[in-house]
Amino acid sequence: MPISLTVNGKPTTVDVPPEMPLLWVLRDVLNLKGTKFGCGIAQCGACTVHLAGAPVRSCGIPVSAVSGMSITTIEGLSATGSHPVQKAWEQLDVAQCGYCQAGQIMTAVALLRTKKNPTDADIDAAMQNICRCGTYNRIRDAIRLAARGAAAGATSVGAPGDDSDGEA
Amino acid sequence: MTPSLQSDRRSFLQVLAVVGGGVMFGVHAHDAEAGEVAHGAAPFEPNAFIRISSDNRITLIAKNPEEGQGVKQSLPMIICEELDADWSQVTVEQALSDESKYGRQFAGGSLSTPMNYDNHRRLGAAARAMLVAAAAKTWNVPAAELTTARAQVSHNASGRRSTYGQLAATAATLPVPDLATVTLKDPKTFRLLGKRVPGVDNRKIVTGKPLFGIDVMVPGMLHAVFEKSPVFGAKVVSANLATIRRQPGVKHVFIVEGVGTALDGLMPGVAIVADTWYNAKTAREKLQVKWADHPTARQSTEWFAQTAKELSARPADRVVRKDGDVDAAFAAAAKVVEAEYFYPFISHATLEPQNCTAHFNDGKLEIWAPTQMPQPGRELVSKTMGIAPQDITIHLTRIGGGFGRRLKNDYMAEAAWIAREAGVPVKLVWTREDDMRHGHYRPAGFHFLKGAVDASGKLVAWKNRVVVEPYMRIGEFPGRYIANYLLETSTLTHGIPTGALRAPGSNGIAFAIQGFIDELAHAAGKDPLQFRLDLLTPAVPSVEGDAFSAERMRGVLELVREKSGWGTRTLAKGRGLGVAFHFSHRGYFAEVVEASVSARGEVKVHKAWVAGDVGSQITNLSGAENQCQGSCIDGVSAALGQEITITDGRAVQGNFDAYPLLRMARSFPVEVHFRITDNPPSGMGEPALPPVIPALCNAIFAATGKRIRSLPIGDQLG
Repeated sequence: MPISLTVNGKPTTVDVPPEMPLLWVLRDVLNLKGTKFGCGIAQCGACTVHLAGAPVRSCGIPVSAVSGMSITTIEGLSATGSHPVQKAWEQLDVAQCGYCQAGQIMTAVALLRTKKNPTDADIDAAMQNICRCGTYNRIRDAIRLAARGAAAGATSVGAPGDDSDGEA
Repeated sequence: MTPSLQSDRRSFLQVLAVVGGGVMFGVHAHDAEAGEVAHGAAPFEPNAFIRISSDNRITLIAKNPEEGQGVKQSLPMIICEELDADWSQVTVEQALSDESKYGRQFAGGSLSTPMNYDNHRRLGAAARAMLVAAAAKTWNVPAAELTTARAQVSHNASGRRSTYGQLAATAATLPVPDLATVTLKDPKTFRLLGKRVPGVDNRKIVTGKPLFGIDVMVPGMLHAVFEKSPVFGAKVVSANLATIRRQPGVKHVFIVEGVGTALDGLMPGVAIVADTWYNAKTAREKLQVKWADHPTARQSTEWFAQTAKELSARPADRVVRKDGDVDAAFAAAAKVVEAEYFYPFISHATLEPQNCTAHFNDGKLEIWAPTQMPQPGRELVSKTMGIAPQDITIHLTRIGGGFGRRLKNDYMAEAAWIAREAGVPVKLVWTREDDMRHGHYRPAGFHFLKGAVDASGKLVAWKNRVVVEPYMRIGEFPGRYIANYLLETSTLTHGIPTGALRAPGSNGIAFAIQGFIDELAHAAGKDPLQFRLDLLTPAVPSVEGDAFSAERMRGVLELVREKSGWGTRTLAKGRGLGVAFHFSHRGYFAEVVEASVSARGEVKVHKAWVAGDVGSQITNLSGAENQCQGSCIDGVSAALGQEITITDGRAVQGNFDAYPLLRMARSFPVEVHFRITDNPPSGMGEPALPPVIPALCNAIFAATGKRIRSLPIGDQLG
């Protein structure tokens, strides 16, 4: 069944079973491998993408439920890593294995859109993604660093490469 | 020209002929005899670990699998330091699995640093010496007048300078120095090692580039799932294959008989191959399999506990160490304490589920695998399928978490077998439930402990009966530090697959031993940290097979005492401090945890302090600190809620809803300090983990008076 979506700003039509989770449409039909499979039951958050700007777990969403909607994946945040959250992650050397980090970054970007200067409690509440390697100290620091960057007016957290999908 | 080649005891430089006519100058470590030498016209590529192009592009090869331990930057950094290249301009390339070129390639035992540190320095130094000699020859000046920095050789007296690229063609014609005697830098002059260096794949990680095994795409590839018996190793009697064959997208469905009865090879099951993984998995939901009866179905968590208890009352299978007379010492002691400690099976729960891609074509296999142990993987596939090892190519992908799970290669054997049956390239991806219910679990362990202190509070007797698997090493502290000491084991044979999980053995043993030492410290009325220092004094000389150094352990204990403010600051109400130490993987770690417990029994860790001694040199400070922080989070995560229980021979927990991993809200700051000592550098992937679990449990005791003797902590404090 053809289903139309906008993925990273580009209108796309996929012909797949309507129950196919968005995660597998992204990974195996659209070949966007940045969004990861971790649990399949919306527990770990490795599959987090933005749906109309809000973070969602794509492994639990049938593609038919997002027909006509706008989706941003890690690849759509910026191709070159220029987004302030990506830069903070890189600068603080957050990753160990790196498998969860696309989901962590997508969740953090969404948090910083709603809370420009999140408290520790805001970070605790928003960042529900599992990092099996335990990089939480650095994830927290990277969120603060990205927030400070935005607060200092150096860059806009919601910005680069991001506005084409209508999220920012 | 024939460079003189002298072999040291394990490795030497070898100059190799390039197929196709070029020349490589080779810093090429392996154990073979001296190789042939050939040379010809430029261009050339230096080989094995270092490649320098005439336009000064420098590529360093990362030999071992990267699973998040940071070895993809740390080993090339060692070469780069001695080579005097500019790290920011260096390209790091992951090696293929090729023992003949790179020697043993694996990620395990925190061994990458100790096994490669010295050798990688020599590889870099030898290449640098050749480049310096090339400049000396070109400029006709003494090599001693030349200096190197940022991939350039300079002659300060004349102001001449050349990039390594400009010198590479000449360097390739020069004799290769003997690795054993090549001049190394004074570590005081290191420019790169010891600094915080970000991971080489960071940009790709933050932009979502395909790096991991699960991201592999091969033209014409199909997708597979594989259903195995919930009771480990049971064979397939029958399955509704015809029904599955009719499901959308399904291309192949077949029974795999399995090879042998080992639990870490090709186990029996049913393979479904489809156009998408979603279709394969959806078809599997209709799969009905009748499994053969299997003796493991009679085993359960309760059976384990009962059997361990029975074994503890019988004579031991093996006395590991016996000093003095424990029974006489118990009879004469001022205070005797007895306790039983237990830790459960736990899953590695790597966030990237097990997966592998394989392509069988014309009798040869090409494999893309997130494996920690590619060379044994090749042997397993070779034996399982009757394909010669040299006909199996293994590409090493980045690994989405290893923790020891991917020391096993069961997924590799499965993917290879299914791909040959299917006749096309196949990517096999396990579901989370497959992963959690078909692990090679950290073995459960039972410790039956008895200890005693004399009237002065000195620990005078210690008895530990351990009921574990025979493979576990129990030559641990406090042996040799207590006059009357007995360590003995009983073997519990069972059918649950087990394997190494981060700091194997130590991750459970430290919990039992450091918890029980704490109990004895309180029985003696001593400060738990001082009690440990006293126990380590005087130091006992190291013996063959036991390198433990009490001086180094005292050093980190003193350091963590200072950094955590142990005994010198007033804690907030309801909080307690716990301390523990452990020696594993050549590393000395002492850790303090500050924790409290809510009225509902929920544990809150406020902070952890780590003091570590891994020798004279931290390779990458950023990676080392990250490993310490991650180890503490990992240990606390396991201690709080993780357990695989067994019912009727099946693992019960299947996903993160039943097997909780610690998340941000329960995470805590981890402060890391290193004590630099004059010892060979050792690895960082594991040794920071074992002490954090007993430090947490000891902190809970300090805060509440409740002693945790069984993991996970779960709702024991409610």
